[in-house]
Parts: sequence; C-alpha cells; structure tokens
Amino acid sequence: MKAITANRLRDGEVVFLGKDGVWVESFAAAALFPRAEADGVLAAAKEKAEREQFGVDIYAFEVVEQDGVPVPATMRERIRTAGPTVRLDLGKQAA
Amino acid sequence: MNHIAPGARAGIYHYDEIDRQFVAERVEQFRKQVERRLSGELTEEEFKPIRLMNGLYLQLHAYMLRIAVPYGVMSATQLRKLSAIGRKYDRGYGHFTTRQNLQYNWIKLEDTPAILHELAEVDMHALQTSGNCVRNVTTDPFVGAARDEVVDGRVYAEILRQWTTMHPEFTYLPRKFKIAISGAESDRAAVRIHDVGLLARRNEKGEPGFSFYVGGGLGRSPFVGKLVREWVAQEDFVAYLEAILRVYNQYGRRDNIYKARIKILVHELGLEKFTQEVEEEFARLRGPKYRLDPEVVEAIRQHFAPPPLEELPDHSDALERAKAADPAFANWVAVNVAEHKAPGYAIATVSLKPAGGIPGDATCDQMDLVADLAERYSFGELRVTHVQNLVLAHVKKDDLYDLWKQLDAAELGSANAGLIGDIIACPGLDYCALANARSIPLAQAISARFADPVRQRTIGELGIKISGCINACGHHHVGAIGILGVDKKGTEYYQITVGGDPTLTTAIGDILGPAVTETEAVDAIEAIVDVYLANRSDEGERFIDTLRRVGHAPFKERIYAAD
Ligand code: HEM
Ligand code: SF4
Repeated sequence: MKAITANRLRDGEVVFLGKDGVWVESFAAAALFPRAEADGVLAAAKEKAEREQFGVDIYAFEVVEQDGVPVPATMRERIRTAGPTVRLDLGKQAA
Repeated sequence: MNHIAPGARAGIYHYDEIDRQFVAERVEQFRKQVERRLSGELTEEEFKPIRLMNGLYLQLHAYMLRIAVPYGVMSATQLRKLSAIGRKYDRGYGHFTTRQNLQYNWIKLEDTPAILHELAEVDMHALQTSGNCVRNVTTDPFVGAARDEVVDGRVYAEILRQWTTMHPEFTYLPRKFKIAISGAESDRAAVRIHDVGLLARRNEKGEPGFSFYVGGGLGRSPFVGKLVREWVAQEDFVAYLEAILRVYNQYGRRDNIYKARIKILVHELGLEKFTQEVEEEFARLRGPKYRLDPEVVEAIRQHFAPPPLEELPDHSDALERAKAADPAFANWVAVNVAEHKAPGYAIATVSLKPAGGIPGDATCDQMDLVADLAERYSFGELRVTHVQNLVLAHVKKDDLYDLWKQLDAAELGSANAGLIGDIIACPGLDYCALANARSIPLAQAISARFADPVRQRTIGELGIKISGCINACGHHHVGAIGILGVDKKGTEYYQITVGGDPTLTTAIGDILGPAVTETEAVDAIEAIVDVYLANRSDEGERFIDTLRRVGHAPFKERIYAAD
C-alpha cells in the first residue's frame, strides 16, 4: 500500500491525502492506495496541489501493516508522521 | 566596500546606513515574493531559488530558516533577538551549527518576512546562508582574545563580508563557497577543510599577510586544502581571493553537482596548473582597483578594538579559592577556560552539550541567560563556535565562578570542551530531508555513556563528529572518531572512521570496518576508547597520537573480532 504526502505551502506542515482528495494533517486519516493505483493518484494530487497552491514536495511512500495497523515503511516517513524522535514534545506526536 | 560606520562599539561590527537600507530592501522584496507565491503568481519551481537565497529550506516537518552570524561574533542584543524570534515564531529553541549559523526548525513560510524584518532590526539576516554564493566566512571563536593570536581574523572576515555580499560575479558560482580564516598559532577554525582556508601571519617586519589553502572540503569526496601560496601581502588579499574565485567561476564544473566544488577543480587540474591559472589572473588583477587600502583595513580594525579591559594581575585569588572549594568548578576551569591575551582575563566556552542532550540546541531561556551573562561579564559580546558551542571571550578571572554557577544552573556548565562529550552532530534524520540516518540519538547515547566528567578528563582530547549522510555537515571526516549514518534497506547503520583531524595537521579519517547498528555503535566507541587507554604511552598521549603510533589493527581486532 502507499500513501501520498506533501508539506503545506504556507506553513510547511506535513499533510497526507485523505479520503475524497482532501488533505489531512494526521497519518491516521490518510487514504491508502494499492501500489498500482498510487502513481495515477499522485499525478492528479500534484496537479491539484499546484493549481490550488496548497502543498509542495508531493510524493507517495510505502506503508506496511504492523500489529494490524498501517505504518510508514521507512524511518524517514515515520519521523515525518510523528515528529523528531529526540523531542517527543514536538511535531504531531505532541498533540 | 569603503563604507564604514562611525561610532561603533568594541568587538562588534555595526552596519552603516548603506548596509541597513540594502537589507531592508531585500526583506521587502522577499515579502512581495512570498505574497506572490501564496497567491499562486509564482510556482514552486520559480519560488524555490528565491526562498533559498533568503536562507529558507524545506525540511521534514516544516521550513527551516538559517541565520548568518557573521564570523560567529554577535552581541547580547542580537542573541536576545534570536531568542525572541524562537519564542514567537518557532518552538522555543534554536540550533547552532558548524558553520557559525543558527537554524530554526519550525518556521512558517508566511511568517518568514516578519522574521527577517525583526532580524534586520538588529543588523542580522539570512542572506547567502544558502545557494551557490560565498557563504558566511567563519573564523576562530577566540578571535581578538586568544593569547596565541597573531592577526585578528575578524578584520579580514568583515572585509570579505563587505566585498562578497551580493557581489554580482560571485552570486552564481558553480557551487557554494566556504571561506575560513584563522590568525592564531593553533587552528580553531578548521581552515583546511574549506574551499579557501586562510592562515593570517606576520612577516619579520610585523606586517600581516596570508597563506592560502585551496580546495579543502568534506562531503562526498573529502579533500584537505592545498597550499597555493605561502605569503600574500595584506594589500593583495582581495586581489588574490578574487583571482581564485574567477578561476573557479570560469573552470568549475556546472554540469555535475557532485563535481562542482573547487576541491574537484584543484584535484582535476592539479595543484601546479591550478596555481598557475590563479597566479596569471592575479597578475592581471593586481593594481589600484583591487589594492586593499591600509586605511580601509585600519577603519575596520577600529570596530574590533579591544573592549575596555582593566589592568589586572594575571593571578586571581578569588579564582584559586573557588577552585579549591569546588572541584566541579575547578574541573570546568581546567577544561573550558582558555588563556586570554590580557592578564587577569579568560576565555570561557559555554558548552551546548549537556550529557544526553542535543548538541548545538539552545532553548530561548538559555539564549536569554547567555545574553545577560555576556552583558554582565563579557562586554555584551559573544561567539558561536564551529563545534556548536558558545564562547564568552573576555571574562575576568575573578568573575569565572559566578559565571559558571549561573551557567551550570541552566545546564550550560558542562566541563567537556574538546573532550569526548563535546560531540558535533548534524540534525540528521530527525529533521533533515537529505539524511539517511539519525545523528542526534547517537550523540545523546554516547554523551550519556561518557557523562562522568572525571572519566572524560582521563580520556582527554577526543573529538567525536556525527553526520546523518555523506554531505558531512557534522564534519565526521575530521572527527578523531567520525560516525556516518547510512541506510541499509531501510535500517539505520553507522560507519565508523578514525584518525580525522580538523587542526593544522588536518587529516581525513579512515573507515575502520563494516557499518554497525545504533546500539553496537555506542559499544564500539567505548571499545575504541578502551583500546586507546590500554595502548597510550602515557596519560599525555592524545587519542589521535596513539592511533597514529599503533595503527588501526588493535582497534579493528577489538571491534570486529567476534565476526
Ligand atoms: C538541515 C538542512 C541542511 C541541508 C539541506 C544541508 C545540505 C548540505 C549539502 C547538500 C552539503 C554538501 C555540499 C557539497 O559538498 O557540495 C552540505 C555540506 C555541509 N553542511 Fe549542510 N545541510 C544542512 C544542515 C547543516 C547543518 C545543521 C550544518 C551544521 C551543523 C551544516 C554544515 C555543513 C557543513 C560543515 C558541510 C561540509 C561540507 C563542505 O562544505 O565541505 N549543514 N550540507
Ligand atoms: S550531513 Fe546530511 S543529514 Fe546531516 S544535516 Fe547535512 S545533509 Fe542533513
């Protein structure tokens, strides 16, 4: 599975593509796409984000299942979805 | 270049109206550019180079803003402004870097013009902290104070700042360009790992001049800078540097980002040919236009006149009494305090490396405290070091104990300058978009393992430097022990190097063996230290010297024996 992410243009906040093409701040609300579909969704999301001046640096990343919950496959994306591992009081994990 | 502000205070260069107006105009220009980006008039492709020219990067969690601290010297007022910005627009802290800059990690694009405006109020900015231009010139953090100083590097760093700021020819170089200057007997500015490294010296007549080292640099292909000219007289200082930049601008590769730095040019042309090209250009340039006027130098030197130091005996009874009464303080003095040129004064390093802490991070409260202490004890002036610490350069020996007690109460009193706890670490994967692995957690684990100040002193001088990727922002190549984060199929691994040296005897470290995991890395460092302690000839033999004497074998055996 894959999820699609970006940084919000005006403040840099990490966002994910949610259901119905709406961008969300929490990975838990991110939509997951089968690999075969992800490329198409990504291209559409890029085009939309550029048009709406919403997000920058848009890309898809790998998601795996861990204990029945989807989690980003790489440390990099886990850090983006949560915040710095060295400051648990910062980033989305702090909320 | 010839615009000097009147009535400047000691130790700090003050902008004149030309500088101020220029920075103010740039801030307004950027404000409009941000508006146009947010409204969609500018695409990201168009906007990205613009934001980078204003020091604004996009990192993992937000935008990152990099502020220049010219040659690492700033006033208490400026530091207080940095703290105010950190509180208002960021998350209550800032990160001091190896390039004598400060980075904020949680900046909003929409706030950036306001931040730049506030910075300009205290003569600061983020220009040329990114992009293919001449970056902030760095120098010895003990400049103007060190007992072994021969020439005051700030004067020439300031000349370079004025000369290179928005210099039309040097705004689009093949790649970024980093210059470091040192004017003391010992090199505290790592000059030979810079694109151009300058050693300021005096000749028999006492006139200042410069040795030029060119083509040093870390990153993917690390090189030690090569001596291109042993002596360049002061009047030729600008002409010679301009000649180097012109040769680089002309021949440097623009087709391949990995081969674009001047180190590759020097390497590929060969030192002889490169030197010849520079000398020919220098011969053409030399003349009235590029002659550095002694009056200009003198006028700038006035800005850096020594602060109003009192005449004091070198010996301080108060200091000796405090040391006798408080062993922790005595230890801090032995490790973090250096000789000042004026009797009765000392240079104090404020460690931003508490055991288990994040190297280089300072909270806004800590910044405010250091600003207060700089005002109370060091003429309102302080420095950032390339090992991510702060320095109060003119403290009365009589005041050291009071100073330390206040620092220590704020977790700024660690006695580890130059020791194993004084680790350089880049932001790594916790913040940096380019990283392969985290750097900070390893720095924290190592400094916690070696927290005991007595053990640290027993081990003695030993620099650990950690980078989260091959770009080497954490200087791992020149760490006595260097650690490079690598990614192996999604897992963080660490490549250990030994034998790096950032001082005048510059050396790039060698890889010790296969990369290890994070947990193994801390044990491996401890094993390396044990092997050193077991092999050193006496207590005075530094890690690097033991390593050079006994070679890698005993270290390798110990770490990789089990494999
Ligand atoms: C987080 C954002 C950062 C980015 C995107 C970044 C990017 C880079 C890149 C791409 C290089 C390699 C350049 C080359 O060799 O051509 C580099 C080198 C370097 N950076 Fe950074 N860096 C960042 C943060 C830092 C920090 C926090 C420091 C200081 C702690 C730093 C200091 C350096 C130094 C000293 C080099 C050494 C290589 C050299 O120029 O010889 N950078 N950086
Ligand atoms: S060394 Fe790599 S990971 Fe570390 S700050 Fe530089 S670019 Fe980022």
